[in-house]
Amino acid sequence: MAGVAESSEIATAVGSVSPQRLKVGDALALQDGNMLNGYELVYETYGTLNAAKSNAILVCHALSGHHHVAGEYADGSIGWWDNIVGPGRPLDTHRFFIVGVNNLGGCHGSTGPSSINPATGKEWGADFPIVTVEDWVESQARLADHFGIDAWAAVMGGSLGGMQALQWSLQLPERVRHALVIAASPKLSAENIAFNEVARQAILSDPDYVAGRRPERGLRLARMLGHITYLSDDQMADKFGRRLRHGEYRYGFDVEFEIESYLRHQGDKFASWFNADTYLRMTKALDYFDPARHHGGDLAAALRVARAKFFIAAFSTDWRFTPARSREMVNALVKNGQTVAYAEIDSPHGHDSFLIPDDYYHALVAAYLQRVTL
Amino acid sequence: MTDVMTDTRGNQICRADFSVIASWVQPGERVLDLGCGDGTLLSLLIEQRGAIGYGIELEDEAVLAAVKRGMNVIQSDLEAGLSGIGDATFDHVVLSRTLQAVRHTEGILREMLRVGREAVVSFPNFAYWKNRTAVMAGRMPVSEDLPYEWFNTPNLRFFTLLDFEALCAHMGLVIRAREVLDENGELVQQEHNFLGSLAVYRLAVR
Repeated sequence: MAGVAESSEIATAVGSVSPQRLKVGDALALQDGNMLNGYELVYETYGTLNAAKSNAILVCHALSGHHHVAGEYADGSIGWWDNIVGPGRPLDTHRFFIVGVNNLGGCHGSTGPSSINPATGKEWGADFPIVTVEDWVESQARLADHFGIDAWAAVMGGSLGGMQALQWSLQLPERVRHALVIAASPKLSAENIAFNEVARQAILSDPDYVAGRRPERGLRLARMLGHITYLSDDQMADKFGRRLRHGEYRYGFDVEFEIESYLRHQGDKFASWFNADTYLRMTKALDYFDPARHHGGDLAAALRVARAKFFIAAFSTDWRFTPARSREMVNALVKNGQTVAYAEIDSPHGHDSFLIPDDYYHALVAAYLQRVTL
Repeated sequence: MTDVMTDTRGNQICRADFSVIASWVQPGERVLDLGCGDGTLLSLLIEQRGAIGYGIELEDEAVLAAVKRGMNVIQSDLEAGLSGIGDATFDHVVLSRTLQAVRHTEGILREMLRVGREAVVSFPNFAYWKNRTAVMAGRMPVSEDLPYEWFNTPNLRFFTLLDFEALCAHMGLVIRAREVLDENGELVQQEHNFLGSLAVYRLAVR
């Protein structure tokens, strides 16, 4: 869920890309009761939509992601999931038309807290409505309409993106043929919500936020906390251990252990560009996601409506959304007699594993997508 | 009766028990194949018998091969993999040539009969005459259905048709059907515990 690819070792296979923008005139009735009278979605595409419009894959992003999934911008920034997209890669652009979109409420160009509220002529800021996974699916459907895509060949995502793929299959079951739900969960646990709440409190209690300014300290803390949950204990031990920056104890509160330095760096980097009101909303969208809620907690009953075939994958060291959480979805689908393949992938990289190239993982996604008929 | 199939490495393998198992599955029935490998049996049951099939498999290479075949494969440890599956989810739960490699023999049989109406189990018969001959000659048997040396076998338990039937009686399981095959995959009609190399059972709870 780092969201932004960090120094990808593999060069982009997609090449130069640039974002595009869709203006949606229709009003959107949000789950929180608010009405959004028109909005914009910023998106990117890779590959070519075929004449039958049957080869489109929607890639949904996670908490801090965006529409720049693959390829390279003029400024050199590479898409966050570039390693899996391109000619000959699992999301093969020779075969598929791949669409990345920035979610509503995001801070990368789609309508969100940093957009102008037409009613006031000022930035929405904290007044922007709360958006949910359901709202995102509804808005993303307008993008499918725009392309004339009746049904996505697949909707795919990791983490919160995986939840969107699942929600697509339930909310618009006729419009998604395959759902690839990776490193996700059918709902957050109390522990997951607890982490999100601490992150939100870090922002909400920052005096800068209260005063209407950019809460860099709060965002920094939120990201540091979040980042811990994206990694694994093993990986942290391996990468940092108890290594000291200065080789000896200094008995103070400056950076001493390398892990402190790393987290501070991650926090600073994130706080310098991410929108706090977006961060608050993304974490709420995670917390609210619970498709079984309308079925008395019965996940199988909730999933029964899906027409899609499923590919579900989890990673061995992911303690944020453990393999057991993915198994809940698998077991529900099996109970219903629905089509599902599930892989539990050995990886040391914790929750972030879904972003990191791995031979077995990528071979599975490629093999699964090979069977998708166009 | 022998079906010639290929394993994940492209080698031809004979899984004579597959045709017996397939003959017990009716169209539209739900089947769970434990240790489904590359999904060979599953695809047979789906394509030839019209079954709705799922498989549990632990090994990466086999899971990938099953995904390539488009099978409903669930990557999991066999014994842990059943725990989240609801009671009576399946019509048949198949354990082909694996019971001898499972530690908790009674536990897996009970779990199979919890998630399924019927358990279908095949295993090599240690009392097959060639095995007896090998032991009489002072060596552990290596055969079509026991294709390992003592030092590299994944098998943990060595038992015979009579042993297995005694266990079923002990556990209160009903044997609904039994087919016994020789090393060539031909059905054995008499002296099963002596002439049979591989046994296939349909079991239910009394």
